[in-house]
Amino acid sequence: MMGEQLYEQPASYLLLAAFLLAAGIYGLVRRRTLIGMLIAGELIFSAASLNFMALNRFVAPDPTLGQVFVLFIMGLAAAEVAVALSIVIAVYRNYRSVDSKDIAELKG
Amino acid sequence: MTAFPGGNFILSGIFAVFAAATVAGALIAALSARVIRGVCGLALCCVGLAGLYCFLRSPLLALMEILIYVGAICVVIIFAIMLAEPEETARGEPGGGALLWGVGALALSAVVFWGLWRLSTQQSWTAPATRLTDGSPKAIGTALLTTHGLAFELISLVLVAAVLGALAVARHGRTRP
Repeated sequence: MMGEQLYEQPASYLLLAAFLLAAGIYGLVRRRTLIGMLIAGELIFSAASLNFMALNRFVAPDPTLGQVFVLFIMGLAAAEVAVALSIVIAVYRNYRSVDSKDIAELKG
Repeated sequence: MTAFPGGNFILSGIFAVFAAATVAGALIAALSARVIRGVCGLALCCVGLAGLYCFLRSPLLALMEILIYVGAICVVIIFAIMLAEPEETARGEPGGGALLWGVGALALSAVVFWGLWRLSTQQSWTAPATRLTDGSPKAIGTALLTTHGLAFELISLVLVAAVLGALAVARHGRTRP
């Protein structure tokens, strides 16, 4: 396995997925607007999808299972983006801002 | 090995290009000051991921990645940016708190990356003895409509509920003066 090319090794794909997850976590903590946090959440979704696909290609005995699961992740991500962006629009109508610092009415 | 001379080097180069696109897109999406550049970084990251899916022998998923992420999700986020005009750079936090949060977030993501790196490189991934199916789009369609039929129908129900909920939430407050 070690003498193979880089694109034939599962570790390279898993490292890319780990990097996507780390970038998504950093963005989720650091972004100050709701839309920026949503973009970071999409990065985390992509990390999970890439991890599923890598293990599906190299380890799983049934190669359709991971692909079906990633299709479901994509459908759920689309639904999540639709709902989250409508909430962002509603928040902007009420507060005239989507900055996460301004939405602090329930803060103790 | 491939019969084409130097085919492995060409494939390695294409893989490096797609991996670099994924990493650069993720960095732009997480670090850029303006949100609109973050969306462009997300689109670049998804194009790179589609190439990686091709290397993982799933052209159907690569097509779906382009179609759903670049074609639908990024465009919808751009619409929301145009409607809500988020201003990330306008006001700065007081210095100490921002630095503390930045270091904390960097440490958290570095710890996650290091742990996953250890896990994925120290494990020896063994290929399965037999493959039950070939993983082609035909096999995926059969699996979607037989084994995973209930989940497939539930996903369509979730999408309908999400669209109706999005319409209801975004419509509320529109008639207000």
